[in-house]
Amino acid sequence: MSSRLVWKAALGFYIALFFGFLFGPLVIMSVTAFNTPSYPQVWPFEGFTLDWFAKLYDDRNLMEGLVNSFIIGAFVVALSVPLGLAGAIVMTQIYSPARSLYYLIVVSPVLTPGVIIGISTVIFWKDVTELSGAQSLFNGVFLATLGQATFISAYCMLIFLSRLQRYDRVQEEAALDLGASRTQVFFDILLPFLRPAIFSAAVIAFLSSFENYNTTTFAILANKTLTTVLAGRVRAGTTPAISAMAVVIIGVTMAAAIAYETVKRAELRREAARARAG
Amino acid sequence: MTHPFTAALIFALPLLVILAFVVMALIEKRRGGNVGAPGFFQRNGTPVAIFLIAATAFWALVLIVFPQLYMVDYSFHPKLPELKRGGPEDHYTLENYRYFLFGSTQNTDHWNTTHLNAFWITIFVSTVITIVNFAICYPLAYFMAQVAKAPTVLKLMVLLVIPYWINEILRAFAFRILLGTGGLLNNVAIALGLIQEPIDFIGHDIALYAGLTYAYLLIMMFPLYNAIESLDHNQIEAARDLGAPWWHIHLFIVMPFAKPGIASGATLVFMLCAGALAAPLVLGGPKTLWFTPIVYDRFFQAFNWPQGAAYAIILLLTCMAFVSLVMRLFKVNLSEITR
Repeated sequence: MSSRLVWKAALGFYIALFFGFLFGPLVIMSVTAFNTPSYPQVWPFEGFTLDWFAKLYDDRNLMEGLVNSFIIGAFVVALSVPLGLAGAIVMTQIYSPARSLYYLIVVSPVLTPGVIIGISTVIFWKDVTELSGAQSLFNGVFLATLGQATFISAYCMLIFLSRLQRYDRVQEEAALDLGASRTQVFFDILLPFLRPAIFSAAVIAFLSSFENYNTTTFAILANKTLTTVLAGRVRAGTTPAISAMAVVIIGVTMAAAIAYETVKRAELRREAARARAG
Repeated sequence: MTHPFTAALIFALPLLVILAFVVMALIEKRRGGNVGAPGFFQRNGTPVAIFLIAATAFWALVLIVFPQLYMVDYSFHPKLPELKRGGPEDHYTLENYRYFLFGSTQNTDHWNTTHLNAFWITIFVSTVITIVNFAICYPLAYFMAQVAKAPTVLKLMVLLVIPYWINEILRAFAFRILLGTGGLLNNVAIALGLIQEPIDFIGHDIALYAGLTYAYLLIMMFPLYNAIESLDHNQIEAARDLGAPWWHIHLFIVMPFAKPGIASGATLVFMLCAGALAAPLVLGGPKTLWFTPIVYDRFFQAFNWPQGAAYAIILLLTCMAFVSLVMRLFKVNLSEITR
């Protein structure tokens, strides 16, 4: 019995240690945002202040980066969700000897370091835009969107694939027997079935785009996003203003993640209820 | 501008492969006699079929295959000013790869020890971090997947999901506050009288390694949890009833079953570590050796794009080698890793 107790204590200690490691650094960073000294300091806590947050408002680069991050995020969602959807449907129908090669190609961006995707995007599109005379397309927002969409589409595809595994073709047959066209089947049966996956894919695509640094830092060229501004600041020096920014970003990310989980759970519950009723 | 012949090859080769598969499919269909079976267009309806083909082709070819092949070609060209590209001086060369090995585009007298050391250290440390992350995550993954009750799992899951989305740069910055010379750890240790002088965690790369371990902890966690979760608990009970010691159960039942999850977590953590840019830039000291910042400098300090492309390809080949090694070692296939 006592050995069981020892195990339990050890387990509790380990879990506490794990989450301490996970949250400790973030908590410490957040505390420094409210402390007065100009070097981020947790302890001793010399005085409570919100000045570091006030500084963020006046930061023009930061705001410009934030706007770009939202624009790129929206473009990436608009591009990656359809591409991932098409990629997943093609996967279920492709001529089987070609399937493994196809899978290797479309999944490779997930296993490729982000810097490499950024580099190849810039090199390729620089010459393409030059040769085709569309030099105005060689800008940071366009390239960052394409670079990020390369691998984010693969995330979306994996989400759609796991949903498609549970797709029942009988519904499709029934609709066709009742005289629906193939196009109607796609829009009225398949897409509604995939709706939760479309939602998940859009959220994941936006979050991945928003927090991406490795690909973006190459593809963004002379423009800036929130993460590239942030990286520049962090490299230039350590000030509590960055901690303040971190607190804002963590707050927003947490709110988004919690909202997403809540909506997803509600959707799952509704679906389970529908399955029971049907 | 690359050589017209190579350019043609880059664009034509993937198209030829696709054409070959299409022809094979048609021949097989004819031979199988099931000419009446619905083709791709009949099955999806023409508008949808066009969307599917156009979108997939754009993604697979224009976004993935063409840029990668183009980068390979680019890395075999010398660095030239814009006007001379495509001219007589623009010939195929190995000089960018020679520079990586010997630190010179011309002679091969000395090894390029700085870059080679950084390369080996990156691989070695990334491997160690992968193993350490597995060791840290395994007990919690097992506890959540097999031992804990549903409400506990839900609570722990929420605690894990929240930090998952926090930016890499901010994680690195948090470690800088924690481990800098004026950081919390040094201040506390000095106040307690444990040390007299602050320890330079950043200069000794301890901060970098700790930060990398921290940044990719959850990348290991989720695949591991998913894999262990699908194991039937009766198998563990049966082994226990038959008198298997606890480490036997883990080593010979749980871990072999969770192989795809382990492989998946390991490849992703290794790839992210070896390709990490934010952590080395933020947590690296002046003498830090890490490969990705060197690639970065090829572009932004040396302004030598072909050389940067060559370095990127070296990194890409390393990651591909690691993925195939893991697949061989764990006897899993690609679709199990990326599930």
